[in-house]
Order: sequence, then C-alpha cells, then structure tokens
Amino acid sequence: MAASMRIINGRVYDPTNNVDGEIKEICIQDGKIVASAGDDVTVIDAKGMVIMPGGVDIHCHIAGPKVNAARKLQPEDHRHDVHPATPFTRSGTGGTVPSTFATGYRYATLGYTTAMEAAVTPIGARHTLEEFHDTPVIDKGFYVLLANNIFLQKLLKEKRMEEFDQAVAWWISSTKAYTVKLVNPGGDEPWKGKKNSNVSDIDELNDEGLTPRKIIEAFVKTVNARGFPHPPHIHCNNLGHSGNYITTLETMKTANGLRAHIAHIQFHSYGGEIGKNPVSKATEIIDYVNNNSNITCDVGQVMFGKSTIMTADAPLAYVLKGHSKGKWVNADTECESGCGIVPFTYQEHIYMHTLQWAIGLELFLLSKDPWRVMLSTDHPNGGSFQSYPKLIKLLMDKGFRREEMKRVNQKALINTILPDLEREYTLNEIAIITRAGPAKALGLHNKGQLGVGADADITIYDDMEDKEEMFNAPRYVIKSGHLIIENHEFRNDFNGRLLHIAPEYDKKIEEVVQPFFEDYYSIEFANYAVDDHYLHDHEVIPLGETHS
Amino acid sequence: MKMILIPGRSAKQGTSLNHGKLKEEYIETTSTLEMNPDDMQKLKLSDGDSVRLKNATGEALVKCIAKKPGDLPSGMAFIPYGPPSSQLMESDTAGSGMPISKHMEIEIEKL
Amino acid sequence: MSENIKIVENATCTFCGCVCDDMHLHVDVEEKKIVKAKNACILGRAWFSEHTIEENAPAAMIDGKEVSIEDAIEEAAQTLVNAKFPITYGLSDTTCEAQRQAVAITDIIRGNIDTTTSVCHGPTGLAFQGVGESTSTLGEVKNRADLVIYWGGNPAESHPRHFGRYAVTPKGMFIPGGKKDRTVVLVDVRKTKSAPVADIFIQPKPGKDFEILWALRALVKGKTISADIEEETGVSLEVLQDLTEKMKNCRFGVLFFGMGLTMTRGRHFNSGALLALATDLNEFTHFVAKPVRGHGNVTGADNVVSWQTGYPFGVNFSRGFPRFNPGEFTTVDTLSNGHADAALIIASDPGSNFPKRAIEHLKSIPIVVLDTKQTDTSKDAHVAFRTSTYGINTSGTVYRMDDVPITLRPAFESPFPDDEKILTGIRKRVHELMLARHSANGAIGEAKVAAPL
Repeated sequence: MAASMRIINGRVYDPTNNVDGEIKEICIQDGKIVASAGDDVTVIDAKGMVIMPGGVDIHCHIAGPKVNAARKLQPEDHRHDVHPATPFTRSGTGGTVPSTFATGYRYATLGYTTAMEAAVTPIGARHTLEEFHDTPVIDKGFYVLLANNIFLQKLLKEKRMEEFDQAVAWWISSTKAYTVKLVNPGGDEPWKGKKNSNVSDIDELNDEGLTPRKIIEAFVKTVNARGFPHPPHIHCNNLGHSGNYITTLETMKTANGLRAHIAHIQFHSYGGEIGKNPVSKATEIIDYVNNNSNITCDVGQVMFGKSTIMTADAPLAYVLKGHSKGKWVNADTECESGCGIVPFTYQEHIYMHTLQWAIGLELFLLSKDPWRVMLSTDHPNGGSFQSYPKLIKLLMDKGFRREEMKRVNQKALINTILPDLEREYTLNEIAIITRAGPAKALGLHNKGQLGVGADADITIYDDMEDKEEMFNAPRYVIKSGHLIIENHEFRNDFNGRLLHIAPEYDKKIEEVVQPFFEDYYSIEFANYAVDDHYLHDHEVIPLGETHS
Repeated sequence: MKMILIPGRSAKQGTSLNHGKLKEEYIETTSTLEMNPDDMQKLKLSDGDSVRLKNATGEALVKCIAKKPGDLPSGMAFIPYGPPSSQLMESDTAGSGMPISKHMEIEIEKL
Repeated sequence: MSENIKIVENATCTFCGCVCDDMHLHVDVEEKKIVKAKNACILGRAWFSEHTIEENAPAAMIDGKEVSIEDAIEEAAQTLVNAKFPITYGLSDTTCEAQRQAVAITDIIRGNIDTTTSVCHGPTGLAFQGVGESTSTLGEVKNRADLVIYWGGNPAESHPRHFGRYAVTPKGMFIPGGKKDRTVVLVDVRKTKSAPVADIFIQPKPGKDFEILWALRALVKGKTISADIEEETGVSLEVLQDLTEKMKNCRFGVLFFGMGLTMTRGRHFNSGALLALATDLNEFTHFVAKPVRGHGNVTGADNVVSWQTGYPFGVNFSRGFPRFNPGEFTTVDTLSNGHADAALIIASDPGSNFPKRAIEHLKSIPIVVLDTKQTDTSKDAHVAFRTSTYGINTSGTVYRMDDVPITLRPAFESPFPDDEKILTGIRKRVHELMLARHSANGAIGEAKVAAPL
C-alpha cells in the first residue's frame, strides 16, 4: 500500500490547473492526489524546489522486437555506460538503447513517469508486453502498426469500410494497444515485393489502386469516429527527404479538421530538391500547426552524438545505411510491417545534421501553442531520451543556445532563422511540452496534472540556474504515491502499469479475418490475439468523444 | 586411419532423446558412427563392428555402419551428438564460446 | 486407454525452433498422456508421446535423497549465494517467464549467465553484432521467397516441418504454385536427407564455407574469381557464377543456415560472411537470411537475456552490472577453465554434450538442476528438481526461430511444479539473503513494493 504524504513549501507548476509557480501543498493518498492528508503522514519539505507532474513521453522506442534487435546489435553501445544494481533495483546497461530495467530507472531518474512506445507490429505485441513487465517504475503503452497491414489495405481497396472499421478495433483489442500508428503508408510492398523500392508521393497509386492518402484518410476517420483517446499517430511518407514538407502539409490537410498526431515533425520539415541538400521549411510547417487546432505533433529533435535509427520505415533505414556505411538490420514482418535499424551519429560539422538540429529548435521556438508541439527526440532516432535535460536547457537559455550555435555547421545555420530567435521557454511552458501537453494529447486525464484525483506521479527538482543540471537529477520522484527516489537515490522499486484501450467490435469480424490468416500468416489465428495474462497491472483508458 | 568426424543431429537422435537420455535407445543412437563404405573396406569393417575413435582430447568406442558412398565422402564420418562425441571435443573456444563441435580430426581403428 | 479423451487444438510443439502451433492433441486425461498429435512431425510425435508423468519420481532431491521442495529451494539458494563464481546455464527448453526469473537470480547473486546459444548459434550472435542482418519472419518466406537456400543444415532431420510449413512447399501470397514457384538450393558437405528437396545440391569440401561465401560476395560485387577456387573448395566457378545470377535476379531470396557454419572452422566468420552476402544482395533485390535455430525456446532465451542485460548470452554480473565476453563468460569456458564453483542448470544437459574437460569440472562442483527427466547432468546434482514440461503441462511464452512469440496451451496437468515456480522460489530466497547482506552493510530503503524483480 502506498503511503500517505504531504509535500509542503514547493513551487508548483501544474499548467492543466492553471498553477504557474505558486507555493502550494500537494497531498497524496492511495496513489492519488487528494485535497488534504492528516498530520500523521510522511512530509516532504520542498522549500526551494520545483514541483511538476511526472513527465510523459508521447513518442519513444523503448520495447519490443526492433528495440531488442537494436540492443543485441550494439554491445559497444552498452559497454561504456553500465547501470549497476542497488539492493532494491536490478542492474542493466545503457547507451542509446538501454536494457529494460535501465530504461525504466533512467526515465524515473529524469522525472518521467509515463512513456509510450511508438511502433509495434501486431505480431510483436506479446513481446512488447513482456518487455514492459521488465521495464520498472514508469507506466507505458504502445501504438500498433497498421498502415501497411495487407489485410486492412485489401478491405480499403474493396471499399469494405464497415469491416475495415471493425477490423481496426479488433486489431487494437487483440494486441492491447493504445492507438494506431501509421508509418510510411503504402511503402512496405514496394520495399519487400519490388526489389527495395518505395513510394514517393502521397497520391501515388499502387498496383491495387490505393494511395497513401486514402490509407491515412481511412484511419483518421475510423479513429476519430470511435473516439480513441489519442488520434492516429502518423509517421508521414518521405521522412528525411529534401522537399518532404509538401507531403507533411498534405498529410495534415488529409485529416480535414479531424484530430491527427504528426510524429517527429522535424524529420518532415525539409525543402529543396530530392538528392540535394535540404533547406528549412520549419516556418511553413509550424504555421500550419499553429493555425489548425486539430493537429498535435512531437518535434523529434536531433541531438548531436550517438543515436540509433530504428524504424518501421525500412526504405529510409536503407538510405541511412548508405550514409553510415556500417552495420544494418532489416526485419520484415509478414503481412504487417517492415523494419530497419542503423547505428548512427549526428555530427555538428555535417550540413544535414546541423540543419536537422536547427529545424527542431525553430519548430519549438516558433510554436504558438505548446500544448500541441511536444518535446521528443524520437528516442533513440534523433538522440537518447537521456538528452532531454540538455534539450530543455537549449529551449530555456538563449545564451547557451548561442554558444552551441558556434560549434555547428555555419552554412546550414544561415539557411535557418534560428540565430534570430530570442525566445526562451518558461518553466510553465516546459511543464506543458513535457507533461501536461502529452497527457492531454494522449487523453490521459489523470496524468500530466496535480489536481485532486490525478495519479500521484510527481517530480520534485532543485530549483537551479543550470536547467540541464536541474532536469537531470530530480531530488524526489513519486510514482503512484510511492517514493521511488529520495535525495537522488533509489529507495524502492515499482512496476508501472500498461495503459491501453479496448474498443468494442463485432465478433463476426473474426470470421472475415481468419481465412486470410490461414492463407498468409505462419501462426494460427487462434494463437494470435494476446491474452490477458500479459497485462499484469494495467488500466483501460476509456474512449472519448466521437468525431466524424 | 585419419578421418574428419562430423557430429550432428539425426531424426533418431531427436526422437530417442525424448524418451530419455539415459535410456538404451539414445545411447545406442549416439554411439553409432556412419562411414563411407570404401573407408570401411580399407579398415576391413562390416556393419556393427566396434571401432575406437581417438584424438588429443580423448577417445570413444562406437559401432560403425555404412552410408551410400555419394552421401558421405571418403575420409568423413558422421555421428549423432551425444556422450561419445563429447569425449573427442576440444574445450578451447578461441574466444568465441563455441568449441569446434563439427569437423574434428580423429584417428579411427578397428577393435 | 481411458474413455476420457480431451482435444487440445492449436497447441504448440516446442521440440525444435520451428515451434509449430497447429498441433491437434488427443489427451488421455486419466492416464496423463498424449495419445495422438495430429500435424506433428516425427520429432514432435516423440516429444508429445514420450513426455509422460513418472508419478513416483521425487520432485526434489538433495544429494540423491528425496526432500521437500521447500528444503530443496533453501539449499539451492544457499548453494548459489555462498558460491564465488556461480554460473547459470541452459534455458533453451523452458518458457520466457522462467528465463526471466533465471536472469533475475543471476543478477541478484552477481553470477554468470549463459544459454545453449553459446554452443549453437552463438557465433551467429557475434556475427550479427558485427554486420547486422537482413531478415524476416517465416511467413514472409512462405508468401514471397522464390529462391530458398539452405546452407550447412539438415532440416529434414533437425526441423522436419521447415520445408512443408514455412519455406518450400506451402503456397503463399506471391507464390501461388508453392514449390514449383521456388528454386531450392542445398549446400552441405554431406548429402543428407534434405537433399531430395533441393533443385540444386552443392557439396563443398569440409571447412571451406568461408572461402565459398567470400567468393560469392566478390562475384555479387562484379569481381573476378580465379577458376582454381574449385581445387580449394570443391565447388566449380561455374556453379558459383550460376548461383550468383540466381541470387541477384530472384524477387525475394532467403539464406537459411545451420550449425554446419557455426560449429566448424571459421565459426562467427562463416556466419558473418553469410549475413554480409545477404546484405550485399539487397543492392540488387530483396534478400534475407535466417539462422535455423535449434531447441524450442532458444530464441526466447536470446531475447530475454538481451532485454534484461543488453547482451544475448555469455553475461557476467560479478561487478554488479552486466558484462559480455564470449570466450570468458560462455559456459564451455567458465567450466573448462575451472572458474565456476557452483552451477544452476535449467532444462539442459551439458553433462552429456559438452567437451570432456568441461564435463569433468562440472562434475566437481555443486550443481542445482531443473529438468523434466533424469539426465547425465541431473544424476550427479547436489540439488535436483523434477519439473513439468513446457507446452505439455504448463503455459508460457516461446519464441519461434524468427522471433515470433507464441503462447503455449498445456495438454494435461503434471504433479511436478514448473520451472518458473521453482525459479521464482529461488529468486525470492536469494534476494532475501542478499538484502540481509546489504542491510548489514548499511543500505537504507524499503523492501520492494511491487517490484519487477
């Protein structure tokens, strides 16, 4: 049983409840925030400290088949960054793809208490759930890859929209997912079936008469009509390619006013001609986002140093293999997805990498609604989640930003307006882009806020001038009312919950899906759906308002 | 005579190990060496004869049977994995964790 | 046979890495026996029919004497905690749930963990770390592969349904004619029972796989190879050139490979050359490679050890965090160099298949064994647990050779506990013992709340 607790004298940032730096008492009982607690409870004196809800990562890659392949691939990434056991916690290894235990503990060490794995194949759901059970402290969920699902595309092609809608719900329920993920819609078949080619245009017709746009449109409609707490999470076509901002704008327009989340939008904000160096189109992209409240996005900031590219966008990973010249993993999943993994390093002196770094910062600094433009590095694609504190400092401290700008490729820098941007994020805005905003976009009403009834996921930082140092090491972290970190040390272990949704579907859809399985899958239909024993502690997030 | 020994799986080794590794069937299967008939002739061996396999690591006594000449080239012998092949396996892994478990150089003699 | 026959549909066979999940089992519930296993291959039928219950066998023994399970757990925990270099080994024939407990135990006691991977496709794991891998699930092979190459393996005897269920005969989405739409190539030093399925059989000299693979890489890249390659390898340049053209011009090619590459001269260099060849071919077409893994859940063991430690096998926790060093922390080495002073052996029998020197050392140290039957390893164990059989008596998760996880459907109950239960008991007890040590050293904190330990 979690202890009752009072946190007194701390300066509270709780944007959801319009609390902006007030000294306020926070009380906890049974894992929830309550209005008051008795005197006979644990008291934390947070004088001189900053209190925020636990961080919520809306887009990262932390568990499942591709993550584990990337772990196995890189002993060199772990060796230099070990994670020793304590009497209360398990050991592990770090690097850009930490082991499961290290992942959970290190998120907690940054004050994060929830993280969403952004790309899981349906057939890999069971694996992901097993890893989640070994990922301590944080609550977690995952988005399931459906855009290149051959059966769903067949239903679309045949205009069987009612069955499509039912099948989407069946797939979500069968995998215990949180929402649908669309990655490079329409790009898998040319990759696997046409000698490693790709789609290049949102309106490009494939052999079946489908376009990426039609696929996107269908998912946006279904998910909005069903009121999933988080809309389709979209990785647009043409990631990383010069001139791709047009595709990104067209993707957002395809939502046609309905909710859609654009993932790692920085990677989709490039002008210029294919095959040539890109230029920044951050302004065009962020203007569209600013003016269209149906769109949310996470930035996917690039941070210099080691990263690991891991993506369901297999053709993209192959392009990057050509740049890195190093080891490469390709992993095709039958009827469902592709996957590519490439160890990668972003370097200041390279034009492309500086441009990507600068575009990410432009997007943050030009954003007019922090609730809809959220912090991410697309961990570990743009950089590790462990670089979030440095990213926060870049946003909060223009002096630091200026110093960092001196070290980058100047030809790339002058192709952006970053040097002219003077904005500094406030603590309240940081609380929005790292907690309140992601929680809202995910429809997690009990997270990202400290109102009565919210989950007692709380982070207490020392108020420090150096924001990187401050966000790197909270003094206290409380998860579901348990004191996990006290004076920077682990005092306890905790196994967070799985967050998922359970949309209803007509059982008859199974009869429609099953024959396809028997012909084209290599496992039995009856053994495909994930049973409840993989859930462990879990919470079904209710569906919300429906829109069409 | 010097030969190259290739231990490996066989269907019979697989089925008999389910029955039990301490049972007669498994022991017999993993103690049966398959040879090229020309090699057997050179050593004056017939099916079921006992031979001694020997190398620097150890030795094992097994029975031999003939395979079709095209299936198993002269100079090569096959045995299902098991306790006899372990006796001949060098423990050095050359930093890999894997001992050389196929392609073992052995001396074979008729008993 | 009793009247009481229960049918279990869609059960999974965990004998080999094919992990076929279409078993249709007829179970005699009273006799506790599977009387028929429809769809099973010859190995699967033996697996299901031979795993019966030996009712009178003791569930737990210390030094050969029957004891209670609780006493055996206590003795196992004490043995492991008091050792200076305890090793954990095996794990390929048990569930992921049990494997997770085994890694936890080893982490807590600061021991050394390794799986049967190290003497199976361990070299492939090392090659993977060096060059990566282009791969796919088996369903993609079924649906798309028009060129299927087997190298250094004999699936007809080791994985009998590999051809029929996944890779050669089935009809697939883009392979409507099944086998007639595919070209099948077999490369092996022996003409095995797998040879009849191949359209092309290539029989190289033993120990020359690396040379042939490297020559193929050169040919794929358009380099010239001298005709004397035949003298060196036993395979003519013409055959290699023909294979090169077939590989470059197929629509979706796959290279399956077995321990003929990993257990011979060259080891990880052989696997690395093959993986690199498959990668190179992606410049021309879509090409994948896949090691044909052995025991039922060896792939699960790789996955579990990797997600918990970052490394696939050969992991040592003696410094309080995972370190990986094949050749030092792999079990043949920890035994044959005499470092290990206690062992926890789970569902594996190193006592019958390790090199002689390793077996000799294993027999000289206290060992804790979990197995479903008596083996060369368990018969000399200090603490021996008889456990139920995964997939027959207990559920849990198993990973097929292509990393696809499948949930098991047990057929009948065993009077013996499963591996997970015994290992959880040992894990809890070693944690208590180690916490007491830590507290004596002044550590502060609560006992775990709902820890994932």
